[in-house]
Amino acid sequence: METTSILPLLILGSSFIPGILILTLREDQSALRSFLNLFGAVAKVSLVAWVFAGTMRGEEYAFLFRLAPELSFSLRVDQLGLFFASLSSVLWLVTTLYAIGYLEGGKNRRRFFAFFSFCVTAATGIALSGNVITFFIFYEFLTLSTYPLVVHSGTDHAVNAGRTYLWYTIGGGTVLFLGVVGLHVLAGPIYFGQTEMIASLVSEHPTQLTILFFLMLAGLGVKAAIFPLHGWLPISMVAPAPVSALLHAVAVVKAGAFGIIRLVYDVYGIDAAGQMNLLTPLAILAAFTILYGSVQALFQDDFKKRLAFSTVSQLSYIGLGAAIVGVLSTTGAIVHLVHQGIMKITMFFAAGNVAETYGYKKISELNGIGRRMPLTMGAFTIAVFGMIGLPPIAGFISKWYLGLGAVEAGSHWVVLVLLGSSALNAAYFLPILYRAWFCEPDHEAVPRRRTGRLETQVLLLIPVVITGLLSLAAGVFAAMAGSPLSIAREIAERLYLL
Amino acid sequence: MTDLPTSPLPALLVGLPILMATLSLFFRTRGKALVGLVGCLLTAGLSFIAFAEVTRRGTLIHILGGWDPPLGILLRMDPLAAVFIGMTAAVGAFISLYAWWYFRAQESTGGAFPLFWPLWLFLWAGLNGLFLSNDLFNLFVTIEVIGISAVALAVLSGKVAALFAGLRYLLAAIAGSMAYLFGVALLYGSTGTLDIGLLGQALEPGPATTFALLVITLGLMIKTASFPFHFWLPPAHSSALAPVSALLSALVVKGTFYILLRLWTEVFGVSLTFAAGQLIGLAGAAAVIWGSWQAFMQTNLKLVVAHSSVAQLGYLLMIFPLLVLAPGVTAGSADWLSSAWTAGVYQVMAHAFAKSSFFLSAGIIIMALGHDRIESLRDLATRMPMTVMAMGLAGVSLIGLPPSGGFMAKWMLLKGIFLSGQWWWAPAVLAGSMLAAGYVFRILRLAFAPAAEKQTWRPVPVALQLVALLLALASFLIVFPADYLVQFLESSKIFGSGVETIVEGGGDGNY
Repeated sequence: METTSILPLLILGSSFIPGILILTLREDQSALRSFLNLFGAVAKVSLVAWVFAGTMRGEEYAFLFRLAPELSFSLRVDQLGLFFASLSSVLWLVTTLYAIGYLEGGKNRRRFFAFFSFCVTAATGIALSGNVITFFIFYEFLTLSTYPLVVHSGTDHAVNAGRTYLWYTIGGGTVLFLGVVGLHVLAGPIYFGQTEMIASLVSEHPTQLTILFFLMLAGLGVKAAIFPLHGWLPISMVAPAPVSALLHAVAVVKAGAFGIIRLVYDVYGIDAAGQMNLLTPLAILAAFTILYGSVQALFQDDFKKRLAFSTVSQLSYIGLGAAIVGVLSTTGAIVHLVHQGIMKITMFFAAGNVAETYGYKKISELNGIGRRMPLTMGAFTIAVFGMIGLPPIAGFISKWYLGLGAVEAGSHWVVLVLLGSSALNAAYFLPILYRAWFCEPDHEAVPRRRTGRLETQVLLLIPVVITGLLSLAAGVFAAMAGSPLSIAREIAERLYLL
Repeated sequence: MTDLPTSPLPALLVGLPILMATLSLFFRTRGKALVGLVGCLLTAGLSFIAFAEVTRRGTLIHILGGWDPPLGILLRMDPLAAVFIGMTAAVGAFISLYAWWYFRAQESTGGAFPLFWPLWLFLWAGLNGLFLSNDLFNLFVTIEVIGISAVALAVLSGKVAALFAGLRYLLAAIAGSMAYLFGVALLYGSTGTLDIGLLGQALEPGPATTFALLVITLGLMIKTASFPFHFWLPPAHSSALAPVSALLSALVVKGTFYILLRLWTEVFGVSLTFAAGQLIGLAGAAAVIWGSWQAFMQTNLKLVVAHSSVAQLGYLLMIFPLLVLAPGVTAGSADWLSSAWTAGVYQVMAHAFAKSSFFLSAGIIIMALGHDRIESLRDLATRMPMTVMAMGLAGVSLIGLPPSGGFMAKWMLLKGIFLSGQWWWAPAVLAGSMLAAGYVFRILRLAFAPAAEKQTWRPVPVALQLVALLLALASFLIVFPADYLVQFLESSKIFGSGVETIVEGGGDGNY
């Protein structure tokens, strides 16, 4: 292995240690708790930036700990992992601000913020995992650390949603476990990026490898909410808004989508996966999920539920892009990890702001909300245009690359799926904008929270503005060096060179 | 054998707890508890010293009174025994600390039960003796010491339910011991030796050996509460006092499993068939499914935890089909043996830590609420976050999610299953995990729900909650030295060994 560095461990520790410390605090020590949380979040962003800079200079960071014979805990920084780690650490910082504002005066905040930190630890652990086993460890840790967040409010509704969430994710984890052990027995310990091992087994064990691929895909597909494994996502909507942001943008669904990219490119390798014809079923499933999620979203009146089905749809862009062979579509898939994240988190922040400030949870209640909350709804509007795929917002870039890649690979039907999805996105998102900006408010409403001169609490407002602007910037400056697109492009090119 | 380094430590590991137990009998209530606790901590400390000594010098022996076997008694502490003794010491020390505060807190209400201490020390001496013994009759004596002190501990509370359960426990224990003794007598009659090493060489295949194997296995399975002989365990373990439940489930049932494992791999090689291994594996798989399902159906916390033990012990039996090799497979070519052994050792340790933690948490809840009905656990996460955390961690280890000790066990078991090509065991392992998730989260789910009716929560000493949490954490921490531990164990002759069977039909097909 390369030089050993504790930096990857520090990146994990920057959220894990605050989490542990928060558990030992008293419930009423909210100032210290917020400090620990923000300190951890800032430290994580700084560490990731530091490692990023180092990686750009060509340095390598790895940490290896042998647990048992042929069973090693391995952290290794590569560009793809770093890309995901940057996304989660930046969005964690923003979401922490938001959560502090959102939960002000709420119950059980100690537990909430502790598990919130564990959740991000798991997400960054997934990003930095160097081998399949470490990935699996953090993948399961993510399930466990999100459960208390999903049931946070403690209502029967939330507790039942938590049960559904667990059945899906533990079931998925079990299937993934089976696949991981099977792969381990067949091919030995697999480190990401070392695809030679599988490639050498293709001719000998095609059936086993195919079965294992689909077992692991099913395990990852649960978190990535691929049809028909998406059922938990809309139900988990009962969780508080920062948790939804975490589930939909920062950690959980991203872990699944990221895992699929890892599985296809860094475990099996695009050649082996192509030879065994593993990618066509994935592409078809992803394409179907894109349309299915959008159609379901049309019928939801609950604001967050509509957003949830939209996530189901948008997330499969990543799976679709990963399944189409070609640098351009892979670039689209990878960049959409970030683009979907910042756009969807903006939407959930906005929905949370509306619900917290005025108590509106249904779309039919949103008439005229844009006039009362111009900044929130302005950011939301940017995100909506991005999701539909209008230039120059982030979502356009993703779709453009996915479309180009599909044409390049000769899969013209994908373009139709993308266009259909855009039309559906417009059909379920634009009515919200119409109500918000062009309809008269039904009645006078008084904010439920102290808002001062602003439209809502400052801690709720800042995050949504930041992520809204990020969505715009990621599109506008896509061509510049250091933009998500240029990095994704570099990663994709490297994946194909191997 | 005599060229192994000798040390008085093995003898002290048995002698010290007996001495302290006897000493404590001379004291009254408070003094008895104090002497008992000191005895426990000393025994634990001595065990760790002995463990360290074995890592340094390798297998240690001690010959009692200087008489060579077969006349005298030889105590032998190899790495496998050292790991079991170390585990007993770690779990035992935590439970002793818990018991100290537990009985103190209930002193005013007549819940001090000072007899706990001598009985527990006798039990500990029996366990250490069992891990160190090297001949079948000594093993029988230690089984009896363990059985009698365990039954006495189980009925310590004097409650009617505990007495009934204890009676069943006693009958099962006697039946198991008798079957074992009968088998031992048969072996002695045919070979004239009781020493495990000599017996393994002297034993000839034949109907007498097969019958001895059958009754010994049967007896030990009854005592290990293996399916379908598990009936006595849930009532006995769930009706005992909290520290006793923890001891019974974490340590007592592991003793007879240890003997079963040793006898199958060291003694009965000649008359074992592949089918016998498969059959005992089937009992294990059935225990995993049935026990987990029963645990899922219970309405009282301690019964959930007790039924879960039946399932978790089932995983231990599932390593036997991996150890008993198919005809024609040699131990040298079977690359899954080390995985199977690691799975067994890790399952024993993870279950010991996690299950004792779970029972101690249940004791805390009973202390706070006065009962352990699951539907009353609402709001627990707000009231006692530390205990919920402990149950959560212990539960995760029982389910086998990473990075717990239970995960290491399941990983190794599944790896062994795939490597040996006996994939038909995999569904039971995975179904067991899913069911375990079901019963663990059925408890945790309610803990997060808001209180439905008004309940009075009596205060519980923080020390008790801390001990339960530390035990749960320990079930995770054992993963980190795994690499070192496996290397250490591999220096043990028995670890990683397999049973080569001759041809199909070498025995009568039944065990």
